[in-house]
Amino acid sequence: MKRQLVVVGNGMAGVACVEQILKQSHDFEITIFGDETHANYNRILLSLVLAGEKSPDDIVINDIEWYQTHDIRTRLGVKITGINREKRVVIDEHGGETEYDKLILATGSSAFIPPIPGVDKKNVHVFRTLDDTRALLEKARPGLKTAVIGGGLLGLEAARGLQVRGCEVTVVHLMETLMERQLDATGGEYLKRKIESLGIRVMLPQQTAALFGNGRVDGLRFASGEELEADLVVIAAGIRPNAELGRNAGLEVRRGIVVNDYMATSDPHIFAVGECTEHRGQTFGLVAPLFDQGRVLASAITGNGGPAFTGASPAAKLKIMGVDIFSAGSIDESEPGVETVRYEDPALGTYKKLLVKDNRLQGMILVGDIEDEHVYMEWMRSGTDLTPHRRQILFPPRDADPGREVADMPDSETVCGCNGVRKGDIIQAIHAHGITTLAGVKEGTRASTSCGSCTGLCEKLLRAVTPDFQEETRTTLCSCVPFSYEQLRDIIRGQKLKSVEEVLSVYGNRKGCEVCKPALSYLLDMVWCGDHDEDRSARFINDRVHANIQKDGTFSVVPRMRGGVTTPDELRRIADVADKYRVPMVKVTGSQRIDLLGIKKADLPKVWADLGMLSGQAYTKGVRMVKTCVGTEFCRFGVQDSTRAGIELERRLENLFTPHKFKMGVVGCPRNCAEATVKDLGMVGQEGSWQIVVGGAAGKSVRKADLLITVETTEQALEASDLFFQYYRENANYLERSYDFVERVGIEKIRKETVYAPEADKKKLLDRLARSKEMAKDAWLERETPAHPTQFVQIQPMEAQRS
Amino acid sequence: MNTRGWTPITKIENIALREGRAVKVGDTEIAIFRLDHRYLTIENKCPHKGGPLCDGIVSGTTVVCPLHGQRFDLETGMPVLASQPGCVAIFPTRVEEGVIFVDLGSASKGQEEVAA
Ligand code: SRM
Ligand SMILES: Cc1cc2nc3c(=O)[nH]c(=O)nc-3n(C[C@H](O)[C@H](O)[C@H](O)COP(=O)(O)OP(=O)(O)OC[C@H]3O[C@@H](n4cnc5c(N)ncnc54)[C@H](O)[C@@H]3O)c2cc1C
Ligand code: SF4
Ligand code: FES
Repeated sequence: MKRQLVVVGNGMAGVACVEQILKQSHDFEITIFGDETHANYNRILLSLVLAGEKSPDDIVINDIEWYQTHDIRTRLGVKITGINREKRVVIDEHGGETEYDKLILATGSSAFIPPIPGVDKKNVHVFRTLDDTRALLEKARPGLKTAVIGGGLLGLEAARGLQVRGCEVTVVHLMETLMERQLDATGGEYLKRKIESLGIRVMLPQQTAALFGNGRVDGLRFASGEELEADLVVIAAGIRPNAELGRNAGLEVRRGIVVNDYMATSDPHIFAVGECTEHRGQTFGLVAPLFDQGRVLASAITGNGGPAFTGASPAAKLKIMGVDIFSAGSIDESEPGVETVRYEDPALGTYKKLLVKDNRLQGMILVGDIEDEHVYMEWMRSGTDLTPHRRQILFPPRDADPGREVADMPDSETVCGCNGVRKGDIIQAIHAHGITTLAGVKEGTRASTSCGSCTGLCEKLLRAVTPDFQEETRTTLCSCVPFSYEQLRDIIRGQKLKSVEEVLSVYGNRKGCEVCKPALSYLLDMVWCGDHDEDRSARFINDRVHANIQKDGTFSVVPRMRGGVTTPDELRRIADVADKYRVPMVKVTGSQRIDLLGIKKADLPKVWADLGMLSGQAYTKGVRMVKTCVGTEFCRFGVQDSTRAGIELERRLENLFTPHKFKMGVVGCPRNCAEATVKDLGMVGQEGSWQIVVGGAAGKSVRKADLLITVETTEQALEASDLFFQYYRENANYLERSYDFVERVGIEKIRKETVYAPEADKKKLLDRLARSKEMAKDAWLERETPAHPTQFVQIQPMEAQRS
Repeated sequence: MNTRGWTPITKIENIALREGRAVKVGDTEIAIFRLDHRYLTIENKCPHKGGPLCDGIVSGTTVVCPLHGQRFDLETGMPVLASQPGCVAIFPTRVEEGVIFVDLGSASKGQEEVAA
């Protein structure tokens, strides 16, 4: 019969240890008890769930299927209340008994609640579990006065998460500086400035004496006598190991359940792992050493022998985007023989401090610039003699060749500290499974799935090892809103944000700038298909007055001339306007239409009215034009009616905004007289078919467009164009022309997700395009209904008006 | 420059939120900006190549020239980057009964003076 292994605690350390045991032996029948009702999830990422960057589903580590595949009996939502060591059974809260041959206690820890009067009031929360997170999310709403007690890692992450949800957050901390366990006073000061610049208030040092309120909390009273209003309070004042089970069973327990170097407790049948343990006087609060413990325990319990657990040196990183903090090793500079090497730049918000002893690195504090974290960690881990590095110790040279640095790493070097994945493990997985993406590495090795700080390194490894590495682009938009386009799209959608102001005040620095404001305007327009709160102050002047600003402050006017086709009547009106407003220059543009240059802002509405034509959008990131050739209509070589098709294409897409300007061309035969193969989108007529080509360019760079698809009818050609157009709108980064977009994403993927996508997906793209089109209107109609009373008007001073 | 003192310019609703508007008074062209509840006035001429600052994007208390992107602090008239020489004049501004008044006589250039 198999031996019975019972694990109490379905958390990160316990289940990681079980994973290791399964790798080494199948002699056990395993039962896991967990008093949370969820499958094993990544507790670390709760901060990102709170901040809306991940959903609860994203953070599951092992789903229920995993337990089934490995024949693990899972008892979720069941608390173990006692152990009978003589009978070798655990007793659950319902009185049920479960026998064990070996028992692992992996009960983690609980939020420490300081004995302050009033902590039992309503709306006072802790932040430890998924249920805690959900409860906070239910309460959080814009404007809610929120206090977070505790300015450590957890408190700050909770504060940011809630602030991002719109709460007005104040962090209250007992000590003189934030994160004092990981940072020194200077580092803490830098951190405070960053946190405050995000819009979170920080109160230091402030001892909370009581929480007041009638049943529900209304605020905090400090020892100083001051008060702070708060309708929601989160206590993040530290953690306390869950050791009662061990204590009541008579195991040796101090702060945690005492374990030896092989994770055995004072009872040889009982082991413990994770935050509930105490090893050589040390307790734990971060996962990296706990996974080490799990490996050691697995070898010990399966009888395989193996390495001992010898403790861990702390390493911590703050998971708040845009606030880069890393601290590791011993940061005690009072220790004899320790020298410190420091660098700070207040303007950049960068602070680095390295602690060196006997020419070996033994600790570090990095604020604002943590790029060199891995170099330092390797120096520390391997005890590298720093003599040759001493001159460049604060700025170790970064290799121009990104592959080099990782190439120099020994295979045994740890890449992912959280999951204990070494360089060699990753390379082996890449070769064994033909992995080409970061997602593949995550799945194959678990690296980069916990705190995420080794993501960059994993990518470098991939780039160095596999020739066809596929990058996942995650460039942040701008330091005002430090999120990637993908994240911003999700945030805007998920949080139902409708205006640039909302995004900036909740996720940004409240100010924005000329880079991010127009980009956010675009994203909002795209996500809500035009049904958003348009904020003109967030747009470049061209988009406020629908004309292109010239070097003297006047504007140019380019009316739409679909397909480059005009009429004598239109030409007459253009001529009349040119006369009437003394237009300094009338010019045929490079895009088959006519430009009226040098028009005063105040004249714009009148000019548009007199022209009676649509805006050609020549001033904006939007649909410019469709150039056409004469095609079958007049040309002796024409095989497709390019003029009519071009006019129809322009009509379908005009007035829409795009990530960058979008130009098209339609030609009647492959002689390509209107240059369709160097346009963002081109339709090239063939005998009996159309070729749709995308991503062409003949501007700053020249690129021949890629073939998207060949279709028979003009209707199919227009539909394929619509599909690509909307796909580009939704997936390109702002200011990314189609030629860069197609190059980055790859035509194969674009084909698969547009013209060759399942009908249902195509329909979704087309529906969203149709919705945007329905909301879109000719911008020049603002001549009749301006967005603001003085949008075009030259304001006259009051005195002049009176006289 | 203008010798007049406080001059009524226009009603507050004529300036759009977080935008600027140009007003020509005598031979001075000023740009008035509205930031939430404050009104700030600067000379409407970028020292770089004369760009109309009233048309720039506002970011906090700075404005970004629409022509080539130089930034100026609306409170001091100073360029945000020391590498971009040149500053713009600022004018004390106040609001009375919904009307914006600008003190055209007290232009100051490049001083740490904050408009009232
Ligand atoms: C008016 C026009 C030149 C002309 O007199 O013919 C023109 C004028 C400008 N072009 Fe252009 N481009 C004009 C056709 C083109 C063409 C030809 C075409 O469309 O077939 C190209 C090459 C195709 C392309 O777009 O790639 C072209 C490639 C550019 C580029 C380079 C884009 C690129 O990524 O390669 C820029 C700069 C940019 O967008 O970053 C640019 C930028 C500009 C700007 C908007 C510069 C600016 O930001 O102020 C110019 C505005 C002048 C003004 O004040 O009105 N213009 N520009 C043409 C207007 C076409 C229209 O009717 O809408
Ligand atoms: C918001 C947040 C952010 C964090 N960020 C980081 C980070 O960036 N980096 C890092 O290294 N660490 C981080 N941590 C800490 C990390 O999550 C913990 O170190 C880790 O989860 C500890 O694992 P564990 O298995 O010991 O405990 P847990 O993961 O807490 O698991 C213990 C489980 O046992 C259950 N249990 C307890 N008693 C019983 C019982 N009697 N019967 C049945 N079940 C029981 C508990 O309900 C719990 O589910 C973070 C923690 C939080 C809360
Ligand atoms: S592209 Fe073909 S149809 Fe069009 S004008 Fe040239 S030769 Fe004629
Ligand atoms: S004119 Fe203002 S930046 Fe050039």
